[in-house]
Amino acid sequence: MTDATLAAPAPEPVEVQAPRPRPSRAAALPLKWLGVAPFMLFALLFLIMPTIHIVLGAFQTPEGAFTLRNLQGLAVPQVVRPFMLSIKISVLTAGLGCLFGLILAAAVTKGGLPGWIRDAMLTFSGVASNFAGVPLAFAFIATLGRLGLVTVILKEVFGINLAATGFNLISFLGLTLTYLYFQIPLMILIITPALDGLKREWREAAEILGASGSQYWRMVALPVLWPSLLGTFALLFANSFGAVATAMALTGSSLSIVPIILFAQIRGDVLQDPHLGYAIAFGMIVITGIANLVYIVLRTRAEKWIK
Amino acid sequence: MAFLKIEHLEKSFGSTRVVKDFDLEIQKGEFISLLGPSGCGKTTVLRMVAGFETPSSGAIVIDDKDVVALRPNQRNIGMVFQAYALFPNLTVGENVAFGLKIKGVGKDEREARVKEMLTMIGLPDLGNRYPFQLSGGQQQRVALARALAIQPHVLLLDEPLSALDAKIRVSLRTQIREIQRELQITTIFVTHDQEEALSISDRIVVMNGGVAEQVGAPFEIYNRPATRFVAQFVGTLNLIEADVIAPESGTVRIGTTEISLGRPLKPGRVTLACRPEAVSLGLAEGRPLVLHAEIGEVHFLGAVIRVQARAGRTQLSLDTFNRPDTPPPAAGDKVQVSISPADLLVLEA
Ligand SMILES: Nc1ncnc2c1ncn2[C@@H]1O[C@H](COP(=O)(O)OP(=O)(O)OP(=O)(O)O)[C@@H](O)[C@H]1O
Ligand SMILES: [Mg+2]
Repeated sequence: MTDATLAAPAPEPVEVQAPRPRPSRAAALPLKWLGVAPFMLFALLFLIMPTIHIVLGAFQTPEGAFTLRNLQGLAVPQVVRPFMLSIKISVLTAGLGCLFGLILAAAVTKGGLPGWIRDAMLTFSGVASNFAGVPLAFAFIATLGRLGLVTVILKEVFGINLAATGFNLISFLGLTLTYLYFQIPLMILIITPALDGLKREWREAAEILGASGSQYWRMVALPVLWPSLLGTFALLFANSFGAVATAMALTGSSLSIVPIILFAQIRGDVLQDPHLGYAIAFGMIVITGIANLVYIVLRTRAEKWIK
Repeated sequence: MAFLKIEHLEKSFGSTRVVKDFDLEIQKGEFISLLGPSGCGKTTVLRMVAGFETPSSGAIVIDDKDVVALRPNQRNIGMVFQAYALFPNLTVGENVAFGLKIKGVGKDEREARVKEMLTMIGLPDLGNRYPFQLSGGQQQRVALARALAIQPHVLLLDEPLSALDAKIRVSLRTQIREIQRELQITTIFVTHDQEEALSISDRIVVMNGGVAEQVGAPFEIYNRPATRFVAQFVGTLNLIEADVIAPESGTVRIGTTEISLGRPLKPGRVTLACRPEAVSLGLAEGRPLVLHAEIGEVHFLGAVIRVQARAGRTQLSLDTFNRPDTPPPAAGDKVQVSISPADLLVLEA
């Protein structure tokens, strides 16, 4: 996953085994768990405890009493607008990521291209899907920013003035473009195995039964891929929704998406109310949580089908 | 006039020729098996007939039309794949209806057709199931119904039974043959299982290394193999080394026994071959070639008992019928075995 994803669903709580009377078992148990202990500790310190802290905080007054006032406080334009903007940008980048990722992945898996192109593309995708935050923002500024390389080349060589067309990297469009840089590769990585799962026999059976290529895609391939596509869309949505570092680095605080106002809230320069901050974070947890849940459910459904 | 004609068919992948000068004429309604070891080019021939591979050269003529330039979806051919070829997102009924829907057949006619097909394959009630809810054997029957629903000119089957259990394999091959006979559809069936090919084909093409070694009815292929390869690939074969001592009369010496085969032979050494059922335990009328042997392994197969015996340097397999009143021979028994010279094939070296 990319970027500092602020909220992810907490892992299943570890079942605590009842102590067994036999000493050998009791001695073996801790050793078995020793290997994963650092992970458990990490998850506890940086995922579970903060999440609990945020969720509790969202329902508490500064004095610690239970309240719904924080959540009601979300219903102000300064908060609703960023949420809407974030959802919009996430839907857009997830949708475009799915579309282009699918086309690219289909081209390398089913297009009869030499195998090395597929390998190169997957390797690149593995790197690019993790390329985010300050380096990514810097890369985009250095290419498409006001004095970026591509901007300059377009201007000097082709006579196209990017700024005059109204394009501004530090904008909704710019951020969408930048997010696509990791969304498309992420889609390629996730959808390629699903495309590999499309059996050659399905295509050939459809063809010998008289179907054209597009009939095959419409009647067989896309319906089979549908759960995977929707699931991946949900994952890309969550990925984009939680991405804060890229947005921060690219736009500073000029574009009000949720992670940025939350960041501002934590630093305390806008709304001056830490518990409202908890409520905003809680809202993010809910939305990314739902998206991740959709992903998991649809993925299991897709796996059952292709079995 | 043959209904399906394959002439001088060739296929190379890169620099490897995998199908070499392949000729075959199939009559309308005939059931032909392509039989051969793995990698001999059976699937490649079938896929060229279907249109999934383009021949390097040669012609494929169906019903007087050269189809080589046609795409698979223009050839009106039915095909059943080895496994897993049903569309997983469609029900059994929708799978069977797929080709009809593509052709633009109306809903009522489609449904009637699907019902007819499902009844034919013996699964009239499974129309609403999804493929993953079916057993392997059921899936292959549905695949057959789907292929036949469009009333193709030709039916192609590429090892459709090889992923199934032995029991189902036998019952399903019988069912495929019955349906084929009933519809009188011209069929090419690919298999590497000789028993399968022998049991259901009108004629068999035995392939080796991309070449058709012999084309003939099962009886012919089994009893009069044209080449050493066919003789060894189809059925079990006993090989007996012999010295020719009188070429004109065809007299040979096997160990210390001499016998005339009654036909001229080339001088030198020859390899003689015979089927297990051509060797009798003990003396038998009409089988004057008698060898002394010692019993080795005895495999009780039920109705048939397969016995291994060693006669000098010659290892023999022989089949005898089980008789409830006579116990089978035991390992180490010294016996005589007898063979008719007429049953001995002479294999060229
Ligand atoms: N697309 C291809 N590219 C390169 N070589 C191929 C291709 N398809 C088949 N071959 C080669 O052609 C030869 C014949 O293959 P084919 O699949 O026709 O054999 P087969 O008789 O069907 O074998 P099996 O019983 O294992 O299915 C094999 O050596 C195989 O490796
Ligand atoms: Mg094959």
